[in-house]
Amino acid sequence: MSERSILIMPCSGMGKPFGTIARDATFRVVDEMRKGRAETNCLSLVVMGDEAAKKQVKESKCIAVDGCPLECSRKNIEIAGGCIAAHFRVMDLLRENRELRPRQVTFLDDDGIRLSEILAEKIAVKVDELGGERP
Amino acid sequence: MIRPKIGVVSCSGECCSLGTLSRIATRRVLEDLQAGETVTICLPLFLAGDSGERLFATNFPTVAVDGCHKLCATKAIKRYSGETAATVDVEGLLEEWGTEAPASRRVITPGDMPLINKVARAISEKVDEIKGAPDA
Repeated sequence: MSERSILIMPCSGMGKPFGTIARDATFRVVDEMRKGRAETNCLSLVVMGDEAAKKQVKESKCIAVDGCPLECSRKNIEIAGGCIAAHFRVMDLLRENRELRPRQVTFLDDDGIRLSEILAEKIAVKVDELGGERP
Repeated sequence: MIRPKIGVVSCSGECCSLGTLSRIATRRVLEDLQAGETVTICLPLFLAGDSGERLFATNFPTVAVDGCHKLCATKAIKRYSGETAATVDVEGLLEEWGTEAPASRRVITPGDMPLINKVARAISEKVDEIKGAPDA
């Protein structure tokens, strides 16, 4: 098992449902599915230079969860000096599940919830692969 | 005459439910209370260096909606695009109102909605102030 903790950082983009899906899936993993084995923190806090948050990013295996192809989570983790151990994009998930068409941003609709569940399963498997220990 | 849009920038902080509260209240403003008058700036995109988002915040008034006293959205806009027209410190509002934040950062219950609507109205008031300013 690795001694480094696992940090999952969603983009939480505001303009489209994809950021909400990334955010919701991350919370499913850190609060329920792999509670105590992975954690999250504020992406903006990391980028704005909070010392504790930056230290956490640098000392963790980071999983970036991006809604759209602009990959803001991955880019911002790298700006903060973090190492990307895994990267997920909701857009890739949409290509694999073309029957699902999420439309709601504020509160996910049924298709958005289903995509969040699928994404959370994939992230949880990755946490296991990375050997997530209690932070 | 085309009225200039006002940017509303939510922190969406992932560490606690204050970020969720800020985010949903901001969406209420965009979709309902100030629909057509406001646009959102995607903070992660802004932070990652997107020139379009930063140029908008330089040229148009912005309201930063920060979940906690760390004020990441306000500081980010100030650093890259200049002063915000207004800041809503949601944690500060809750302290003023003597109210607790939602229990979950993921699951918002019907019981959370009055607080979300109250925060949304506070944001909307800031937008109204900006619209009413002489140079708006």
